[in-house]
Amino acid sequence: MTQQILIAVLVLGVIGACFAVLLYFVAQKFKVVEDPLIDEVSEVLPGANCGGCGKAGCRAFAEACVSQGNLDGLRCAPGGDAVAKKIAELLGCVVEQGEPMVAVVRCRPSFTGDKKRSNYDGMHSCAFANSLYTGESGCPFGCLGCGDCVAACQFDAIHMDPETHTPVVDEEKCTACGACAKACPRRIIELRNKGRLNRRVYVSCINKEKGAQARKTCENACIGCGKCEKVCPFDAVHVTDNVAYIDHTKCKACRKCVTECPTGAIVDVNFPAPAKKAEPAALPPAAPGATIEINKPAPEPVAATQKVTINEQN
Amino acid sequence: MKTFKMGGVHPEENKISNNAAIEIMPVPAQMVVLMNQHLGAPATPIVQKGDKVKVGQLIGEAQTFMCANVHSPVSGTVLKVDTCKDAFGLIKPAVYINVEGDEWMETIDRTPDIKRECNLEPKEIVAKLKEMGIVGLGGATFPAHIKYSIPEGKKAEYLIINAAECEPYLTSDYRVMLEHSEEICTGISILRKALGVPNAYIGIESNKPEAIRVMTDMARSFEGIIVEPLKVKYPQGAEKQLIQAVTGRRVPSGKLPIDVGCVVSNVGTTFAVYEAIQKNKPLIENILTVTGKRLPSQHNYIVRIGTTYNDIIRHSLGELPASTGKVISGGTMMGKAVANLDAPTVKGNASVLVMDENEARRNPETACIRCGKCMNACPMGLEPYLFSQLVKNNRTEEAKDHNILDCIECGCCFFSCPANKPLTDEIRLGKFRVRAMMAAKR
Repeated sequence: MTQQILIAVLVLGVIGACFAVLLYFVAQKFKVVEDPLIDEVSEVLPGANCGGCGKAGCRAFAEACVSQGNLDGLRCAPGGDAVAKKIAELLGCVVEQGEPMVAVVRCRPSFTGDKKRSNYDGMHSCAFANSLYTGESGCPFGCLGCGDCVAACQFDAIHMDPETHTPVVDEEKCTACGACAKACPRRIIELRNKGRLNRRVYVSCINKEKGAQARKTCENACIGCGKCEKVCPFDAVHVTDNVAYIDHTKCKACRKCVTECPTGAIVDVNFPAPAKKAEPAALPPAAPGATIEINKPAPEPVAATQKVTINEQN
Repeated sequence: MKTFKMGGVHPEENKISNNAAIEIMPVPAQMVVLMNQHLGAPATPIVQKGDKVKVGQLIGEAQTFMCANVHSPVSGTVLKVDTCKDAFGLIKPAVYINVEGDEWMETIDRTPDIKRECNLEPKEIVAKLKEMGIVGLGGATFPAHIKYSIPEGKKAEYLIINAAECEPYLTSDYRVMLEHSEEICTGISILRKALGVPNAYIGIESNKPEAIRVMTDMARSFEGIIVEPLKVKYPQGAEKQLIQAVTGRRVPSGKLPIDVGCVVSNVGTTFAVYEAIQKNKPLIENILTVTGKRLPSQHNYIVRIGTTYNDIIRHSLGELPASTGKVISGGTMMGKAVANLDAPTVKGNASVLVMDENEARRNPETACIRCGKCMNACPMGLEPYLFSQLVKNNRTEEAKDHNILDCIECGCCFFSCPANKPLTDEIRLGKFRVRAMMAAKR
């Protein structure tokens, strides 16, 4: 009995040893030398594999950083400047501070909820609804409200507003990875500069129809009248294809265009609440959980000069 | 009785407008004619604001290969050349015409006499079809002159006329067969000549015995037209299924019917072909069914193309019943719900189907239990449940490998699914993504 056990142990042991030697040489022969830096850089990255950098995942981004040796053209949006700084330390290079960005939903449909024009009961997907028709609001450019962007977000930063059926971005959580912007079949979501004190101004409409038609489609539509273009002291607003667009790199958030806009398509967010005399009761109630406040008309007549003082106390 | 081999379902037929003779709908005061009424690029408008047009005058010219001419369905003055929202709210180029009188082009023969002889050469026939803006009226609105120009190296052996009308509710083809059988048979003879095929087969589902009788009687006086009664099974009228039912041939994946020597034409198209070739009348009218279970009356109409859905509803019903859930253009299986009733009808519209809220509602979706009913129902032998998974998980490449592009979107999978999963919707999205992926690779 003991002899049999002994033989079995011996045979298996010898086979094991043979394979160990073989595997050792094979491992030596086919050794893949990997820069230990890649692991270190990977450690620093958030690890959400959101794909916002354009690479297949965080590991691929780390490999790209290390092989390139610097951070030119590479940026981890969720990690932001903090991560960029850490990677730069590891790689021994300098990195320019990028402007913090945030996803912005450029649509405020007036015909949703109870006022919607049609009832969609097909597959719950914006991409599919977009291939079928204009959507419940009746706007061929507007939000379809099925929440492809919500499904795409890895950071739980975008949610559907149950009342307006449009997505609302949580600025605290948004990392500007751009996944929602890619998921939106109508390209309504855009990444824009977060702005000083998170205050920013943007055109909340991308309807390219002619003015009268656009107004019929949606009460909040940009009609391309060009008033904002004329009033802007910084050459930041331009009307192309019947719709205004504010260049966020030039915009100084003076809000002249907001006061000028006849349809309320230009929206300012996170500015202090308007003064009492501006009929606060007429303002639409802020959506639950949303930090967006739509201030129209603007609280004070804005100074005519280019220097605009913004209340720092918030 | 002949039929296709794989899959298929049998939805409730609901051919309730069967006995309503075709009426002529009056022309509304203003017409909007879309330039994009066919598969392919929109036609280029060749009229300007203020121009006077007559019925049948060319107003949109086909300037690219995949395009069809558009003619004025009314006489009057062009108000503007602009854009208009179509039935799905999408913006399309259009010509607005203010209707004044009813003055037809002099070339159009409006006499009721039926002309059987056609002395045109095959090439001339195809050229005339192009000139008259004829498109396939089975639903896809494929420009006819492209279909009947046989590519070099290929030969048509069968001409199959699709008169199956397998979609529930639709009766326009049935009524045309009963009322215009001679014109249809003449149209078929013209197409036979254009293609150079010995025989043409008319496939009619056996739930239309009257049509089978009338067409058989009429076909006796024509050469080479054979009526083929088919088993009642949806989608009997789908191109590939009809070819299999009539000839036993199978169109391979990714190939066209002409690759197996077949050309399929809708019966409504043959009527349009007759009118175009023998009467010089362009495609300016649709024959369309106005039906619905809850409607007080059922109708079949000849409608000028460009009449809006609202005009049709107002004329036939007065106003929509309060309980209306959906207005569908087409049948219940493949039709699309109309989102904008102010939109003009276009070539190929076969019905205005008014459905009750309860009829129209989709049942809530539950989880897939892998019962395989969708696979059994699929007439193309595909696996809809698998596509559903692949599309949800963005596995586009795999969906392509499983031949998602072979799907004919007949809706049998969704119809048969006990979990009410929107399988057809998902597959359509999948096809859309696969096409986008292939275009990006190219």
